[in-house]
This record gives sequence, structure tokens and C-alpha cells, in this order.
Amino acid sequence: MEQTEYKVRVEHLTKYFGDLHVLDDISFNIRKGEFLCVVGPTGCGKTTFLNLLTRIIAPTSGELYIDGIPADPKKHNLAFVFQEPSAMPWLTVEKNLRFGLEIKKIPKDEADRRVEEILKLLGLGDFRNFYPHQLSVSTAQRIIIGRAFIMHPDLLLMDEPYGQMDIKLRFYLEDEVIKLWKELKSTVVFITHNIEEAVYLADRVLILTNKPASIKEEVIIDLPRPRDVVDSKFIAYRKYITDQIKWW
Amino acid sequence: MNVQKQNHSSEQQEQILKDQKKQRKASYQNLMLSVSSILLFFFIWEMVALLKLVPEHYLAPPEAIFRLLIIKIHDPNPDGAVLTVNILSSLQISFTGFIAAILIGVPLGWLMGWYRVVDSVVNPIFDIVRPIPPVAWIPLTIVWMGVGLKAKATIVFLSAFIPCVINSYTGIRQTNPVLIHVGKTCGASDFTIFWKIGIPSAMTMTFTGIKLAIGNAWSTLVAAEMLAASSGLGYMILQGRNFGRTDIVMLGVLAIGIIGTIIITLFSHLENVVLRWKRK
Repeated sequence: MEQTEYKVRVEHLTKYFGDLHVLDDISFNIRKGEFLCVVGPTGCGKTTFLNLLTRIIAPTSGELYIDGIPADPKKHNLAFVFQEPSAMPWLTVEKNLRFGLEIKKIPKDEADRRVEEILKLLGLGDFRNFYPHQLSVSTAQRIIIGRAFIMHPDLLLMDEPYGQMDIKLRFYLEDEVIKLWKELKSTVVFITHNIEEAVYLADRVLILTNKPASIKEEVIIDLPRPRDVVDSKFIAYRKYITDQIKWW
Repeated sequence: MNVQKQNHSSEQQEQILKDQKKQRKASYQNLMLSVSSILLFFFIWEMVALLKLVPEHYLAPPEAIFRLLIIKIHDPNPDGAVLTVNILSSLQISFTGFIAAILIGVPLGWLMGWYRVVDSVVNPIFDIVRPIPPVAWIPLTIVWMGVGLKAKATIVFLSAFIPCVINSYTGIRQTNPVLIHVGKTCGASDFTIFWKIGIPSAMTMTFTGIKLAIGNAWSTLVAAEMLAASSGLGYMILQGRNFGRTDIVMLGVLAIGIIGTIIITLFSHLENVVLRWKRK
């Protein structure tokens, strides 16, 4: 019963690089359509953690199941937003959006429909024939986020996608991600070291320990959306999580 | 919010248009400077010749070479072929060798850069062949293939092949790992990633290699035409030397230079089309 309730199950995920113990027995589940934030200290193995989830690298032991089947990028629909710019510089905005759809061999009319939908949600229709270098860094990153959501992924992973941006832009982009997430009902794992960002976005926050990383605690953020960062409950959550990770 | 975004986008578009205008103006100025520098070069040359600072049989003045150019278009003397025949014959040799070098060298470089197996098999041989000057192959090609088009094109091929391989190899090796990860998370096969991410990433370096190859192909031409020929620009230069006609030698040298420039320019235009996504 429990297996069908969860979209993603992570069981005893452990990773060694030689003698270096990076991840220690991480287990958790993600509900369908949940927005999960993972916070952890810099260098605690967050990126390794994500790379394991996307199968870029194989775990030493443990398994990741999507809909009860071991995750496989060829079978499942995974999408990843990297911290670094990852638009294909030789493709226009529209073709970047189509990139994953073409690899997954989504029929043309369905792909067309999704491209229009995402361009509309992002308000970037005017830029469809622009190349990434003609866009600002933040616009290019929005394209990447669009490219992830357009896959209607089983699991969408984001690795500090707003790490480089100033606070005003962050609020704007965070709202945009929430908008896309609500509209497309994706299951999202969002990694950040910014606690305010985590509390603002997440249904649930996982706090990782220092290396070798394991789950220290999970916090369910029971706040209505849109959230208010100066609301007393919001601040209480933020403070609580900060207290849990004071040893950073 | 929407209005603000609209403003933002049209602002950005305006900026891009302004940048493009500025670029066009700058490139026009650069063109004018280049043209003047060429004119100045010929002017100084003409002056040196006119004032007899150098004896005429050492240095023919540009206008004499120009007159010779007109004559050589219909007169096969003294080397035995009219200029157009010489040019066509040279183009045929260099293009045969050059195109073969691209068709073989570029894919080979990509495959070596992407697939470790291909690299391990081909690289040792390639490393040995690489430092051999193309002209060192001349005696062997004569033995193997005689002195026809095939032999000459082979020499040109060997000179153009090397930069094609090296640059496409280096180019594909520099593929941004993040982009490869994007492909992997989409579930793309290794070959799809090679085709859709590796090769486009390698394009810039590949074009650099091809341009170097044009230069090499063209400059090996004279050596290739020393094999034995009855026409060709290299042949015309050699005959000019035999007859003590510096004007013919210089006409040949200039023709090689100018045609080489034209080819490279045409090729740069092609490059601009293929790599139009690049930041200028």
C-alpha cells in the first residue's frame, strides 16, 4: 500500500569514492507532486546525492525506485537543473526546450503544445529564436528550468539553480518555479544551502549532516502559499532549521 | 508584472539591435583599414620599382605584373599553359587533397576524442605520422602512385589531414561535462550524446582545424607540383625561375596568395553561418 502512495522511494543510499565515505545510508520517500527541499552544508555531498538520483553515477549500495521500478534515465523521465549554465549554446531558446522532448521521442504535436505552454508560462515567447548568449544569465537559467518542467518529469532535480542570483531576482524566480510546479504538478527535489529559500519553497525540508551525509531531520513546512517571509510562523520555521544546523 | 516583463524583453531586443549596428560600423571601419593597407603596400612596391631602388630583374613593379596577368590569360608562353589552366589545375589538386582530408580527418578526430578505444588504436600511429613533413612523402608517393593527380593530391592530403584531426579531437574533448550530464539525465544513449552534444561543441575547434588545413593544403601545393607537372601555379613559378623571369614567379606567388585569401574568406563566411550561435 505504502509503495503505491509514493512516487519516489530512496532506500539505504550509500556512496564511497574509494575510501571517502560521502553518503551514509540515506532513506526517504517523496510523494507524487511534492516539493522537497534538501539543505546541507557546502561540501557535504549534495551534488553527489543528486548525481546518484539521476544515475549519472552509480551508488555503492542502496537503490532508488520511481513508481516501484529502479530509476533509469532511459525508462523514466528525469530532469535536472544544474547550478552552472547548461543551455546548449548552439540551439535557440525554442530548440533548447525541445532538446529532451526529441530524445524522449515525444510526438511532434504534443511537443509543439508543450513548448507553447512553457513559453507562455515563462513569458519568453519573444525570445524563442534567440541564442543563449544573447540572453542574460537569469533568463538563460529560466530557459533551463523550462526545459526541465517541459519534460513533465517523474522526478525533477534542482541543484541550487539560483545560487548566483541576487535576492530580488531570487524571489521572482522562486515564485516562477512554484507557478510551474503547481501548473504541471511535478515532483521536485530542490537542493539549496539557503534556508529561507527552502522554507519559502518546500512542502518538506530534509536536513543533511556533514560528510558522510545522512538525514539529520525532516521538517514539514505547513504554511499556506504564497508564503510571506516576514510572517512569524515562517520565521519560526527558518529559525528552527537554522538551529538544527548550527554546527555548519 | 506582465507589462514589466514585456518592457524588459523589448528593452533587451533594442539593446541587441544597437549592438548589431555598432558591430556593423566597426566591421566597416576595419574593412576600410585593411583595403588601405593593401593599397599602401602596392604603392610602396611601385615606388621602389619606379625609383629603381632595386633592379628590375629582381623586382618587377606591380603594374608590370598586372600587365603580365592580362597577357597570361590567353598566352601559354613561356611555361606552356595559360594562367586559368594553371589555376584550375592547382585548385583541382588542392581541393581533391583538402576535401579528402576533411572527410577523413574530421570524423576521425571526433571519434578519437569521444571513444577511448578509437583513441588507443589510432593515436600511436597518428603520433608517429604527425611530425613527418608532407614533402618527405614525395619520393614514396612517386613510387606508389607515379606523378599524376593522385600522387600530388596525396601530398596535399597529408598536410591538411593533420590539423583536421588534431583540432576536431581537441574540440570534442572540451565538451562541457554539464552538457553531457544534461544528455544523460534525458536518457540519451552515448552515441546520441556524441552526435547532439559532442559534435556541436567541437564545431568551433573543427573549423579552426579546417582553416589551418586550407593554409597547409595551399602551401604544400608548390612542393606537390615539383613532382612533375605540365601546368599548375607551382609549376608556373618553377618555370619562371628556370627562365629567369621574376615577373612570372611573382605573378604565381601573388596568385597563390590571393586565391588562398579568397578561399579562406569564403570559408569564414560558411563558418559564420554554421557557428551563428556564437558570441561575436
